[in-house]
Amino acid sequence: MAKIHVTTTINGEPTEFLCDPAESMLDALRGPLALTGAKEGCGTGDCGACSITLDGRLVCSCLMLAAEAEGHEITTIEGMAEGDHLHPLQQKFLEMAALQCGICTPGVLVAAKSLLERNPDPSEIEVRYWLAGNLCRCTGYDKIVRAVMETAADMREAAR
Amino acid sequence: MNDQSNKWIGKRTIRPDGVDKVTGRAAYAADNSMPGMIWAKVLRSPHPHAVIRGIDTSKAEALPGVKAVATAKDFVDFPLDKPVPIGIQDMRWMSRNMLAREKALFHGHPIAAVAATSQDIAAEACKLIEVDYEVLPWAVEIDDALKPDAAKLFDFTEFDGKPSNIAGKLEHKKGDIDAGFAEADVIIERSFTTRPVHQGYIEPHACTVSVGADGSTTIWSSSQGQFMVRAMTSFLTGIPQSSIRAIPAEIGGGFGGKTICYLEPVAAVLSRKSGRPVKMVMSREEVMRATGPTSGSKMTVKIGAKKDGTLVAGQGVFYLQAGAFPGSPIRGAAGCSFTPYTIPNVLSTGYDVVSNRSKVAAYRAPGAPIGAYGVECVLDEVAQAIGMDPLELRLKNIARDGTKAVHGPVFQSIGFAQTIEAAIKSEHYKSKLTGKFQGRGVANGWWFNAGGESSAQVNITEDGNVVVTTGHPDIGGSRASIANITAELLGVDYNRVSVLIGDTATIGYSNLTGGSRVLFASAMVVTESAEKVIEQLKQRAAKLWGIDASAVVWENGEARPSGQHTGNFPTLTLAEIAAKATETGGPIGAGSQQNTTGAEGGFATHICDVEVDVELGTVTVLRYTCIEDVGKAIHPSYVEGQMQGGIAQGIGWALNEEYVFDKQGRVDNPSFLDYRMPVCSDLPMLETIMVEVPNPKHPQGVRGVGEAPLVPGPAAVCNAVSNALGIRFHDLPLSPMRVLAAIDANMKQAAE
Repeated sequence: MAKIHVTTTINGEPTEFLCDPAESMLDALRGPLALTGAKEGCGTGDCGACSITLDGRLVCSCLMLAAEAEGHEITTIEGMAEGDHLHPLQQKFLEMAALQCGICTPGVLVAAKSLLERNPDPSEIEVRYWLAGNLCRCTGYDKIVRAVMETAADMREAAR
Repeated sequence: MNDQSNKWIGKRTIRPDGVDKVTGRAAYAADNSMPGMIWAKVLRSPHPHAVIRGIDTSKAEALPGVKAVATAKDFVDFPLDKPVPIGIQDMRWMSRNMLAREKALFHGHPIAAVAATSQDIAAEACKLIEVDYEVLPWAVEIDDALKPDAAKLFDFTEFDGKPSNIAGKLEHKKGDIDAGFAEADVIIERSFTTRPVHQGYIEPHACTVSVGADGSTTIWSSSQGQFMVRAMTSFLTGIPQSSIRAIPAEIGGGFGGKTICYLEPVAAVLSRKSGRPVKMVMSREEVMRATGPTSGSKMTVKIGAKKDGTLVAGQGVFYLQAGAFPGSPIRGAAGCSFTPYTIPNVLSTGYDVVSNRSKVAAYRAPGAPIGAYGVECVLDEVAQAIGMDPLELRLKNIARDGTKAVHGPVFQSIGFAQTIEAAIKSEHYKSKLTGKFQGRGVANGWWFNAGGESSAQVNITEDGNVVVTTGHPDIGGSRASIANITAELLGVDYNRVSVLIGDTATIGYSNLTGGSRVLFASAMVVTESAEKVIEQLKQRAAKLWGIDASAVVWENGEARPSGQHTGNFPTLTLAEIAAKATETGGPIGAGSQQNTTGAEGGFATHICDVEVDVELGTVTVLRYTCIEDVGKAIHPSYVEGQMQGGIAQGIGWALNEEYVFDKQGRVDNPSFLDYRMPVCSDLPMLETIMVEVPNPKHPQGVRGVGEAPLVPGPAAVCNAVSNALGIRFHDLPLSPMRVLAAIDANMKQAAE
């Protein structure tokens, strides 16, 4: 079957790629686009390890067709830091040891950033429910939730 | 140990691999590709039990794009009756688990594998393979497998002289069990079941393997031991170990489930046949159907106590599912459960039961949470029966230095009592429950911990920095702890130390990342290497000063002349000595290889508060504290992380996780949607109390910490639910359905 030509923006860069009609965005990212930061933990939208944003909306890239990226803006974990300047969430995750094996970390960070863009002052419950779609088997979530809330507090302080 | 002056040990440093992991740069098993790479897929058995009369791969081989097909014929044959143990596995079972030989033993059992130019073609070709099966009766559950007329998986396993699905028995005995119960004022005997639960790592198994025309083999995969991958690939394919370079990718969780191979030898055979690098990635469904889990179990536990709370007798009979091949963790169930207590009369027996489900793999203190579930639930009832606080009962009977454990060894320096005392004194335990259907449960857990083989190399770079290489995949932050220790010993800044995990060609043999052994063992070899490096640095400084090396001391990262030479020369930093290495004798670096010993067991106490919604049957964990004897916390954040991760897995095991089989013997919930692990909104903050009783047999006092914090979990949660409702539960998980059924039955009983 003929490939589909897709013109899109990924992490701010105009990007073109070819994909099969049935190819997921996750497979396109990890294959031809060589952006392997998004991980496949399940392929069914249950684990959140493949989280990206599409026009600012949090999505599981395994549930999105690659062809749907046409004309839209995608951001991935690779676009989170600016050069060697880590996003405050990334820095806080390191300082507070909010990761162990690290396989869920890209998805958790993308999801957490998306939360803080919508809600700069989330309660613990709000953080927990927002991140309920991102499975982590190592940490028990404690340090993740604390890191997100502390980052939010820091960012509010910085914005004052 | 120079605790007071520690600069890096005990500090919450930023892990060396951290930035790569928060930016998506870290390369896990599935993130690798090689030039010319092709893809392989596995054909799996549609039957839980069937003789394989023949496999015709001709149609698959003829499909355009197919480059190679593999079946068991392509593997080294290990006859069923001759054990070939390699580490914790037996090659007879490993070989047949990777590709079925005589029989398919579970639904999802790999039958054949195809490598092709695309994943789609490989999957299509799998469908073209014709397998002639003779379908056999099957048994999935323990009780079914133990029925006299049950289908037997193997001809050679016998029990009591008869063909049986019991493949092994283990017994620990101490004192006189009958005399012990005769002394007891209170005897509680209960039977329990637990369901199999999966390790649940988020990263599915994956590998890329390239075999050259000369047999030189490169394996890129994530596992809990690149040397295990090398050994199994070598044994099963016949490629010598010296020709295999197994490169450890970053590992996306393992919890024991990656101490075993499923793919690498298959990919090696396909690569050898096709002349192309071969990549294999399991789907989540394949992970759930054909890897792990840990055993389901049934057990009966009987404990006798005096009125004053003195335990006088303990008996346990534990049946554990092995899955399709012998080897369930009966050692953990029968060997760990009574171990924390000074019970004079103990009889603990484990049975290894094979049945038509996937072969179990290690899961965090394998078997120990199962045994502890029965014992700690019965102890709760004993405490209730004699009217004693459940932690005080445990403290009264706790093993102390000098206690002889039921499985043999005498404890030397343990912090069990300190751990329970810390639990009793904790703010959590002193707090009061406030709601109607709230309950509190406690439990203890013990795990052996392990030493074993490890290697390290510490090199000083020309610019005066430090590179440490060890041989254990870093599964939860061990590189940070190794960097802390190296910085401490050499007296240099933490940021000048890099820690790498070597591949099998670049670092000496190192046993599995398992048994909570990694930091214990790597710290020992890193310490010896660093001490050798310090000797070299002193010698180099002595040479530069023209004095005897014995007159040089190493302090705060500098060489300083001492004795009669004190003050005669300006101190030399590591960087200054490194800069002159060529003229003073060449490169500076040293390695160490040891079979480490002295790992003391791990011990944890849990306190769990729950609330039950009696309309819905749902259980909410309100508060949870893990108290653990951690030896010495080299990096406290990652020690806490182990404790919190253990809590979460225990809660999942207790409340939600289980394998469900359909009537055809197939796993009915092979996805993260239906196999319900705890998500963020299921849990509260998880409290930790680190009790530091240093291990005297270790240079930094390290005791393994990774596994013990899972062990008490299922029992602590179950005791909490039982106490909330006043109904004793004996079967896990405490899913809403089961909780509601128990509430209904209780109401009916009360009404009658």
